[in-house]
Amino acid sequence: MKQGRNKFVRFGATLFSFALLMALLVSPVSASEVKEIHFLIPGGAGGGWDGTARGVGKALIDSKLLEQASFENMSGGGGGKALNHLISTAKRQEGTLLVNSTPIIIRSLTGVFPQSFRDLTPIASVIADYAAFVVPKDSKYTSFKEVIADFHKDPKSVKIGGGSVKGSMDHLVPAMVFQAAGEDPLKLKYIPYDAGGKAMAGLLSGDVQVLSTGFGEALGLANQGEVRILAVTSEERLSQAPDAPTVKELGYDVTFANWRGFFGIPGLSKEKAEAYRALLKKMYDTPEWEEIRTKRGWQNLYQPGDEFYAFLEAQEKDLGSMMRKLGFLK
Amino acid sequence: MWEGMIGGMMTGITTTMIPINIAMVLMGCFAGSFIGMLPGLGPITAVALMIPVTYGLDPTTGMVLLSGVYYGAIFGGSTSSILINAPGEAATVATALDGYPLARQGYPGKALAIAAYSSFSGGTIAVILLMFFAPMLAKVATSFQSVDYFALMILGLTAVSAFAGRGGVLKALLMVILGLMLSTVGTDQTSGIQRFTFGSLELLDGIEFLLLAMATFALTEALSIVLKRDASSDSLKPKMIGFKSLKVTKKEFKFITPTILRSSILGFFVGVLPGAGATLGSFMCYGMERNLASKEEQEKFGKGSLRGLAAPETGNNAASSGSFVPLLTLGIPGSGTTAVMLGALIAYGIEPGPRMFVERPDVFWGVIMSMYLGNVFLLFLNLPMIPYFARLLAIPRKIMVPVILFFSLMGVYLVTFNDFDIQMMVLFCVAAMALRLMNFPMAPLLLGFILGGLMEDNLRRGLMIYDESISFMWERPTTLGINLITIFILSLPLTRSLLSRFRKKETPLST
Repeated sequence: MKQGRNKFVRFGATLFSFALLMALLVSPVSASEVKEIHFLIPGGAGGGWDGTARGVGKALIDSKLLEQASFENMSGGGGGKALNHLISTAKRQEGTLLVNSTPIIIRSLTGVFPQSFRDLTPIASVIADYAAFVVPKDSKYTSFKEVIADFHKDPKSVKIGGGSVKGSMDHLVPAMVFQAAGEDPLKLKYIPYDAGGKAMAGLLSGDVQVLSTGFGEALGLANQGEVRILAVTSEERLSQAPDAPTVKELGYDVTFANWRGFFGIPGLSKEKAEAYRALLKKMYDTPEWEEIRTKRGWQNLYQPGDEFYAFLEAQEKDLGSMMRKLGFLK
Repeated sequence: MWEGMIGGMMTGITTTMIPINIAMVLMGCFAGSFIGMLPGLGPITAVALMIPVTYGLDPTTGMVLLSGVYYGAIFGGSTSSILINAPGEAATVATALDGYPLARQGYPGKALAIAAYSSFSGGTIAVILLMFFAPMLAKVATSFQSVDYFALMILGLTAVSAFAGRGGVLKALLMVILGLMLSTVGTDQTSGIQRFTFGSLELLDGIEFLLLAMATFALTEALSIVLKRDASSDSLKPKMIGFKSLKVTKKEFKFITPTILRSSILGFFVGVLPGAGATLGSFMCYGMERNLASKEEQEKFGKGSLRGLAAPETGNNAASSGSFVPLLTLGIPGSGTTAVMLGALIAYGIEPGPRMFVERPDVFWGVIMSMYLGNVFLLFLNLPMIPYFARLLAIPRKIMVPVILFFSLMGVYLVTFNDFDIQMMVLFCVAAMALRLMNFPMAPLLLGFILGGLMEDNLRRGLMIYDESISFMWERPTTLGINLITIFILSLPLTRSLLSRFRKKETPLST
């Protein structure tokens, strides 16, 4: 009898703990609310993707919008490794967001990896860095128009440096501007460096006359008076450098934003995707985000869902036609 | 200017000497040298790991901690190089060349002690140079153009004869060529075209230097310990590893002092250049020392020469301090590690650049003054530990070999989290093992690999800038200067043999 009762108790306890376990397992799955996010970062620690994912994660946690954030760095294949991983393990990655940026477009165009943003669920873009054209403080150029005029006279006399491979963003953006100015982008002399910092050193040493780089990367030295920003590729002038005109203002119809944003697994449920978008939207109003954003010199660029998708398609078209023109695509 | 400097130094001393900052220097040095000691884990991992800790701290305190981690990791990196031939990071590869043979000969304590003294001196001399000349050196850092870097890389290649080892110069040259070839794998920067990637995504970014270094040094070393059948290689005799062997005699100190002075200065200047860095610094110091050494001393290089150990170890520490010049005065990172530190500085809301002296002298001078303190801490932190580290060699090989293999593979994996890297390491290890059994030296392979990429990119950039003309090689004064040094070094053995022949002829005549 005693034994029988014990058995019963044990059975009850097992049942209870099982129910508890189930409750624990089920509760975070409610789709309308996001409690934890796993950030997949396709590059190593300390890079741009890493900074974005960790910055967003920190703002969400500090502002108590999110309970838990975890981060996973997976570099390799120019970001293709992480992309591949997310798609092939999609079933168990519902809670994962992949951070990415403009290079995903360039690399799927060139076929570096077979997938593109269409294979994922675009959640939203969060921030943007606009491109900037920079000269040293003692340069003869005071306006980007003079650069174009010199190029018109002798294309060889203007060398433009950038912190990435030929055919990548830092090359394509000036090519688009020169084309809009009626010049031949094929004649553009683009000098590649293996990192933004080395390219900046190249500009200061006199290797190149003009540097094509991210606005955020140039701002520091511009504030210090070591370099001048001749033009930026945003729609309107940027508040951190009100004296730098936009390329559009100068009469060349080009805008360009190097966006950074998040993607979910392919076929992510609508509710879950909307929940992520709502969460990210809420983040912009928190002081925690504002602090991180201003410190890093990021520009807000919130484009959720379909808007983001349309933006990506437009950017793909712009970059693709320039790459075709320059011979990087057939 | 001098008053400003003294004022700055005072600011630096007062900011460093508050308890929290002293604690941070200590913590940074300890964490850095610990992480640095693990094979495969270097300063970049160490700094990246510590960044989250620094959020919420005062910017000066955060930077003091991170720089402590940085030079601590370089300091500690030599330990694994010397004891198990597993360089923790690229800059300590050259340390293994003479440090490891010295340890194998039964002087692990002495090798570690010399490494510690060299690191300390290199670090301290570099900080003094940094303090007095940082603003002026910013100009040096930005005066080097692509073509000058190309010339500098050629000069670096002349060091290859220093690594010839047992196989002779021909084998060393073949290995350099192999290294140069391996460096072409990946996306070509100047055209954007993929080379030798065989359509594989994994090879797109090329081969990681550390991966190659670990595969060719640590892994093959562990395997060759297995291959040796005699019991004596099982472990070193314990009596040799006592505390006593830590002692470096006065004569030996005198012997390496000029080496340390020379290497500090050369290492520091190479470190200042944003396109060069600590790895090149250590290799160049090693090469310079061998070129300056007498014929008998040259024979000892690669077999446990004290000068061959002191030179790269001084050089890499001096270079890592030197890399603070472009970082702090221009906000230009010269290496992966300083790029990560730049990210941290910006996250603190500080813009590094020429105005940082004026706007945030506490950060600028605080970091510099904390480096003095840090170097002293490192010396006193590491010296008493040496006998215990040295005792690691007494561990039987059946335990030691798997441990080395595990840490080497893990170290590389933890940087990229890419399992393909492990497969590639195993492949390289097998190939390197075969070459090693045929007496091909591994160091020239690494030298060729590290210089190959830099050399190619800089040359092709230079050619584009000079409109496909090679005239810069003699028209640009800096380039010409470096080229003349290269020619001088290359002709050194020739002039030496001519001179000795001349003397031989002269002697019979005079009698």
